[in-house]
Amino acid sequence: MPQLNPLDWAPQLIWLLITFGMLYLLMVYVALPRIGGVIEARTAHIAKDLAAADKLRRQTEEAIAAYEQALAEAKQKAHTIIEEGRTKLKQETAKERAKLDSELAKRGAEAEARINDARISAMRDVNAVAADVAADIVRKLIAVAPAKAEIAKAVEAARKE
Amino acid sequence: MTEAAAEGAAHGSGGSLPNPMHQFEIKRIFDLHLFGLDASFTNSALFMVIAASVITLFTMYAMRRRALVPSRLQSVAEISYEFVANMVRDNVGTAGMQYFPLVFTLFMFVLTLNMLGMLPYSFTVTSHIIVTFALAAFIFLGVTLLGFIKHGVKFLKFFVPSGVPLVMLPLLVVIEVISYLTRPLSLSVRLFANMMAGHTMLKVFGAFVVALGLLGGWAPLAFMVAFTGLEILVAFLQAYVFAILTCIYLNDALHMHH
Repeated sequence: MPQLNPLDWAPQLIWLLITFGMLYLLMVYVALPRIGGVIEARTAHIAKDLAAADKLRRQTEEAIAAYEQALAEAKQKAHTIIEEGRTKLKQETAKERAKLDSELAKRGAEAEARINDARISAMRDVNAVAADVAADIVRKLIAVAPAKAEIAKAVEAARKE
Repeated sequence: MTEAAAEGAAHGSGGSLPNPMHQFEIKRIFDLHLFGLDASFTNSALFMVIAASVITLFTMYAMRRRALVPSRLQSVAEISYEFVANMVRDNVGTAGMQYFPLVFTLFMFVLTLNMLGMLPYSFTVTSHIIVTFALAAFIFLGVTLLGFIKHGVKFLKFFVPSGVPLVMLPLLVVIEVISYLTRPLSLSVRLFANMMAGHTMLKVFGAFVVALGLLGGWAPLAFMVAFTGLEILVAFLQAYVFAILTCIYLNDALHMHH
């Protein structure tokens, strides 16, 4: 076995020390900082991007919440306006109707009073005509001119029958 | 067998099947002596240098744009980073992230050495026990030292299981200490043996393909194709096991969980 020749050990050990030592120094001071730096930079970049995305998302959520609140407020406002308008309209209508009612009632009463007057005056006219006719008939029949008061009394009595 | 015959067999010119261990031979590319030590540049050293260069160039090239949206290659670099980072975080916790660069280097180094070994005519550095043992011993010593630095003498409590009858305690402490001390051995032998066994198998069956020729070579060839796929899986899995055991040992030292 060539591995067990002690004369070959020293050169192998010395060159192992040289090459491994050099490689270690190269890795520690050159290669590894370079690779580690790139990986770290990437991690930092990704973390930054994620943070930015998260911030934007939160802003979006806030905007949506504000919009929804504004919408709800506007709806509430519209509702109150409608409600107010409706009650006002109701009140006005009721007032108008009451006014109209009273007006109508007044006019009805006036008309009733006028009808009553007209009837009374008509009655009085009927009485006068009846008295005149009765006086004429009496004079024609018996050629006597009756007293006016008597005729009125007679007409009155006849009408009551 | 004479010395010459053994040499001949080692180089595959023995007449019969080539020696499957020949691929593990250390070959000196140029000799070098530093401070009285043999620091020759060998084929093993060459593949260690190639592995370190491949890892460095790959990460540099993959990350050249540092794009926010990664290219395919950058994704691979980032996935390997995240893979090891998650492994450390899951097994050691955030306190262990301090040792993440070490675990990452270990994982990538072992993985690349294993995978380079899968290329034809290449050399598998991790098939040498001395390399895996050096790595395992380094991890073991480092982790043990860390345990004592973090917890002081209290780290010895790690070897005393809680809720055990007093009579059993001496035996269990001995078992705990032995199991702790064998960690570097099991860690290194697991990787080394897996790589060596796999590559030896590939070589043996490769030799069968040649020996059986056009008529009978198909069966071992089919087996080799499947086995190569398995070996690639093993190459990844052993690097992963090596890294995850490092994490577990680190966790023991940092948190003394038992």
